[in-house]
Amino acid sequence: MPSLPDIMTPNAEELAKQDGGKGGHAPLPDADQDAFFEFLLRMGDNALILGHRNSEWCGHGPQLEEDIAMSNIALDLIGQTALWLGLAAEVEGKGRSADDLAYLRDVWDFRNLLLVERPNGDFGATLMRQFLFDAFHFHLLQALTGSADPRVAEIAAKSLKEVSYHLERSAEQVIALGDGTEESRKRMQAALDDQWSYALEMFLGDATDVTMAASGIAPDPAGLRQAWDDTVLPVLAEATLDVPDSTFAHKGGKQGTHTEHLGYILAEMQFLQRAYPGAEW
Amino acid sequence: MYAQLVKSEGTSREDMSPEEIAFQGRIDRNEKIEPKEWMPEGYRKTLIRQIGQHAHSEIVGQLPEGNWITRAPTLERKQILLAKVQDEAGHGLYLYCAAETLGVSRDELLERLHSGDMKYSSIFNYPTLTWADMGAVGWLVDGAAIMNQVPLQRTSYGPYSRAMIRICKEESFHQRQGYAIMMKMANGTPAQKKMAQDALNRLWYPSLMMFGPSDKDSVHSAQSMAWKIKMNTNDELRQKFVDQTVPQAEYLGLTVPDPDLKWNEEKGGYDFSEPDWDEFYQVLKGNGPCNKERLGARVKAWEDGAWYRDAMVAHAKKKASRRPVAAE
Ligand SMILES: [Fe+2]
Ligand SMILES: [Fe+2]
Repeated sequence: MPSLPDIMTPNAEELAKQDGGKGGHAPLPDADQDAFFEFLLRMGDNALILGHRNSEWCGHGPQLEEDIAMSNIALDLIGQTALWLGLAAEVEGKGRSADDLAYLRDVWDFRNLLLVERPNGDFGATLMRQFLFDAFHFHLLQALTGSADPRVAEIAAKSLKEVSYHLERSAEQVIALGDGTEESRKRMQAALDDQWSYALEMFLGDATDVTMAASGIAPDPAGLRQAWDDTVLPVLAEATLDVPDSTFAHKGGKQGTHTEHLGYILAEMQFLQRAYPGAEW
Repeated sequence: MYAQLVKSEGTSREDMSPEEIAFQGRIDRNEKIEPKEWMPEGYRKTLIRQIGQHAHSEIVGQLPEGNWITRAPTLERKQILLAKVQDEAGHGLYLYCAAETLGVSRDELLERLHSGDMKYSSIFNYPTLTWADMGAVGWLVDGAAIMNQVPLQRTSYGPYSRAMIRICKEESFHQRQGYAIMMKMANGTPAQKKMAQDALNRLWYPSLMMFGPSDKDSVHSAQSMAWKIKMNTNDELRQKFVDQTVPQAEYLGLTVPDPDLKWNEEKGGYDFSEPDWDEFYQVLKGNGPCNKERLGARVKAWEDGAWYRDAMVAHAKKKASRRPVAAE
């Protein structure tokens, strides 16, 4: 077993350099296929689980227009899931499909961030989570449009169009709700305080990220922090919200150690595939 | 489903004012009535009730299918279902807008829904128990809605007619998607086939109820038909629906749960059993299997969202007051 760093690291590129061998510029993904598969699961699972959470609002939103908009975001994310998990299945090469990956893996095989599996809370908390994720998703996808793997670049370019709109919208809503009434500000501040430490998982790299960064497939997540701050902080300021000063980050989602909530999501989401194995729908 | 139980408030011909006679003349010539034009108060009120109930049916109708979004069995099915339920919200939006042209706000209509003063289609008080219900609802419920709505594209009130034209396009999409699910299920494993038959068994009669009580018991039709707010009688539409649907069920290899169903050569249509009208009136009274859940979910969404809507209004006001006054 090579001594790839398996600790969480704030600087994957640095570690990649120390790792020697592959360097930071290998143009083509002869990269570790396992790491590539892992990375694709992370992309797909974030979209799947967040899309699932958002879809829970369908029919229950605070206003018809918002109900429709939230469903739209969910739809985009499920569409992106199919692309990422489709590519993951192809890269894995074991004859599994995107649906097999979505519906037949257990909790420990899911690679989404903890943030996206957390319960919706009120509509404001859902929007705050969306905003924190959108800002990350946006910069990540933007970087991925330059991926050394053209399939990744293509999915990223398509997703980026959708996510630019998600970010624009969630930023507007966070500003409006922070600025709105005393109650709405209180709710948004509570949502931000509650989610901040989960959001910071986004910037923790690990061995998979090191391999991806080294092969030019995906950026070092820590490297996205500055861009994220530049997007997020002015919005929070305009929303009159205080940025939590904690640097603590919950972690584990990317490696498959989840919160208790994911099991319930899967129990619901996978019910039919589990109860009627092999049936076509 | 929408026109059938709306009590119209008209005046008998002999009591009509000259204005009313002229108005009726325009309707008889198939002219569209537009929002700013004069209309009898009864016409306006009847339309508000009908369009409002139609709008409510769209948004309450999100719930039975919304019930399966998080359990849809594949990524593609999840997308299709989500898009469908989202369309229904969109239909609600067009219809509330059409109602607003008659001088009633969306909030006011929602208030009347929440208080129980206004109804929505009885079909949505039935539960969706298995995935096959996602097929059967699309096939039967959207199918019955289309049957009701296609003639309403020609209704006399312009904004309503235009909303119907937009909506009908999407409804026929929904029906085809529903039927596609039924095809999968009916040709699937024995368990899936059983699910499909069970869904048809449960939803057949409630679907027939969507056309309203039999013409002989439906007292409010005449005025609405004269105003072209209602275009066909309940029994006409129900017959058309049965005639269209029975061959579709046969093609699926499923059995319509009516032992007395048979083709009547003479009338060129099927003879079929009436639904249980006692059950229908019980559902209308609030005693259907899901009345409390459905209305409860709508009220909860509205109340839980109050702070959100208030904040949006407050922010918009602050923004407007912060905006520097433009120099003229
Ligand atoms: Fe509809
Ligand atoms: Fe529909």
